[in-house]
Amino acid sequence: MIWLTWRQFRTAALAVFGALAAFAVILAITGPALASEYATGIAACGEQCGNFLNSFYDDLQGAFLGVTAAILVLPPVIGVFWGAPLISRELEAGTHRLVWNQSITRTHWLAVKLTLIGLAVMTATALASVAVTWWSSTVDQVAENFPRLGSLVFDARGIVPIGYSAFAFALGVVVGMLIRRTLPAMAVTLAVFVAVQLAMPFLVRPYLLPSTQATVEISESILDGLSISRDDNTIRLEGKAPDPGGWLLSSRILDPSGTAVERIPSPANGACTPRGEGMSDCLAELNRLGYRAQLSYHPPTRFWPFQWIETGIYLAATLTLGVFCFWWLRRRVS
Amino acid sequence: MIEFHLDERSGVSPYLQLVRQVRQALRLGVLRAGDQLPTVKEVVGRLAINPNTVLKAYRELEHEGLVAARPGVGTFVTVTLADSSLAAHAPLRQDLRRWLAKARRAGLDDESIEALFLTTFRTTAGEDIA
Amino acid sequence: MTAVLQARGLGKKYGKHWALTDCTLDVPAGHVVGLVGPNGAGKTTLLNLASGALPPTSGTITVLGGRPGASTAQLARVGFVAQDTPSYASLSIADHLTLGARLNPGWDAELARQRIERLGLDPAQRAGKLSGGQRAQLALTLGIAKRPDLLLLDEPVAALDPLARREFLQGLLEAAVEHELSVVLSSHLVSDLERACDYLIVLVDSRVQVAGEVEELLATHHRLTGPRRDPERLPAEQQVISASHTDRQSTFIVRTDTPIHDPAWTVSQLSLEDLVLAYMNTTARAHYRPVLEVQR
Repeated sequence: MIWLTWRQFRTAALAVFGALAAFAVILAITGPALASEYATGIAACGEQCGNFLNSFYDDLQGAFLGVTAAILVLPPVIGVFWGAPLISRELEAGTHRLVWNQSITRTHWLAVKLTLIGLAVMTATALASVAVTWWSSTVDQVAENFPRLGSLVFDARGIVPIGYSAFAFALGVVVGMLIRRTLPAMAVTLAVFVAVQLAMPFLVRPYLLPSTQATVEISESILDGLSISRDDNTIRLEGKAPDPGGWLLSSRILDPSGTAVERIPSPANGACTPRGEGMSDCLAELNRLGYRAQLSYHPPTRFWPFQWIETGIYLAATLTLGVFCFWWLRRRVS
Repeated sequence: MIEFHLDERSGVSPYLQLVRQVRQALRLGVLRAGDQLPTVKEVVGRLAINPNTVLKAYRELEHEGLVAARPGVGTFVTVTLADSSLAAHAPLRQDLRRWLAKARRAGLDDESIEALFLTTFRTTAGEDIA
Repeated sequence: MTAVLQARGLGKKYGKHWALTDCTLDVPAGHVVGLVGPNGAGKTTLLNLASGALPPTSGTITVLGGRPGASTAQLARVGFVAQDTPSYASLSIADHLTLGARLNPGWDAELARQRIERLGLDPAQRAGKLSGGQRAQLALTLGIAKRPDLLLLDEPVAALDPLARREFLQGLLEAAVEHELSVVLSSHLVSDLERACDYLIVLVDSRVQVAGEVEELLATHHRLTGPRRDPERLPAEQQVISASHTDRQSTFIVRTDTPIHDPAWTVSQLSLEDLVLAYMNTTARAHYRPVLEVQR
């Protein structure tokens, strides 16, 4: 059975591992150069590092997004090309009537296939994730638009990709078993996986651990942007999480009585007009008037707890799908 | 070695066809005492018929005393019929010659003679078996 | 003789539809069994239940004394050649033999190799490039080299040309003799089965209509031709299987163990095809009997 699993799997395996190997080579070549450039730049810039960090990030934005995209694409590729055809291809070609009539029970057949290919899934993703996390470690610190806890980067670092890949693989196998045709199974697997991945950061992840609620003075550290409307002379504030790399869930501005407001009337003393003294004066005046920011966020220290919890959730889902697969295969498929 | 064939449309059951072909071969001298009949496997492999059919035919021949089975070796012919049967039936042959001459004088061609013979033969054969 | 397949009240339901209803069978070992019936009658379902591919909805089935598909040992004793003789298109013949060797404890590699050689097949040839007849022979080789006690074949020759059909049956029956195999062979054409089978099961409309040794079935079924008569008026021992009438004449196909004495009837022998057609032709059926089995 091990021989047969390899014989049937080898083309898909070589394709993916080949691509990963090429990818790893690229990371290996560029990674050390990246790290040293960052190190020397930090050492040289001293106190005023803003310019260096901005140019460092600008240079690498393309590569950063490309690498992140590569690791984001790996789980659905595994689900669609390793998972969906596993059972569906046998059912579509009728070869299940050949192989399941050898002296091997279906349970044994499925167990060997899931174990061996499952190991390949975990290995491939683990290696890719380690490589990407290592490579991006410097860039992550300067990518202000993409905090580590934010959905794009969180999904592409640490150990969650392993959970995603395992889940995508199990999902593909089950969908293939139920739909019984390879191409539709591949399409449905992709659709379901993408739906889950979009839903996760919005519907589940914010609630994995209790968020930090804080009502603070309005300061530049919690301000993502400030805009003044000429029409009615009001100010709008965009909040952000206080610590870099944190994840803002919601922000509101409270007026002195504690009610949430969308817009703040521009202070009478003109501190927030072009004639005023600038940002810090404007904010100081707003605070003096009694406006506060109410923030709900997860600090960056939540990164690894979330990674573990979310990976756990995906692995539990994988296990459930696996058990269902064994049960359904024994009882319902002919 | 005799080679069997099967006529699916003759209405005669397969095992009986095999028996008759052996008897025929014996009469014609194609088979003599000591010759081995094809093994069940060989017959089945050529004709694609049920093995029990062959076994039944061989048992019937054994019952008639024409062959004997040697376990582990095969089935062998035990009698030689050729010379005796043809010689013993010379009078029948004569009768047949005369009948054929009569049929030709009556104006029957070859096909009509054959048809007449076969239908009469089959009818009487059917009456014998039933 | 021990039964190679035993079913009691066996039934299989797919959704709302009963593919097999109330089947009771006692198939003896050492026979080549023909399973015949129109398409959709339940032949494939019965074979799937016998090989353990599906669990029954009702009733029981026992194959070689064991529950189908229950264990590696049980699977090793039963070979199955599926309809359209599936094979892995991208694997070579040699790969298929390796598959057989790896997945079957009782695999006879020498037998498989010899058979492939005798058939003139190139082991390096990919299965997808073989003709229908060659693929069927490959599937048969896989089934035989596993050294089962029972070989099940689901319409193996339906899609083959006459020569390939003959060669397949030759190979199958030869193997049955050599390895003392019991064989169950299904087809919707009686002509495929007539030469090869000595036990017959007729399956129509999800039910077993008749089952028994071919010799005994042919000896107990007769065609009666005579003046027009109502089937009810025939003696009780003569079970009417099918009846057809013109204004003056009636033709019955009856089953009886006792001799037919009524001189009004012309009694003639049935061919196997006539017998099967009589059971398949439900509109001409005078009386309906759910299970008919010839006791030995």
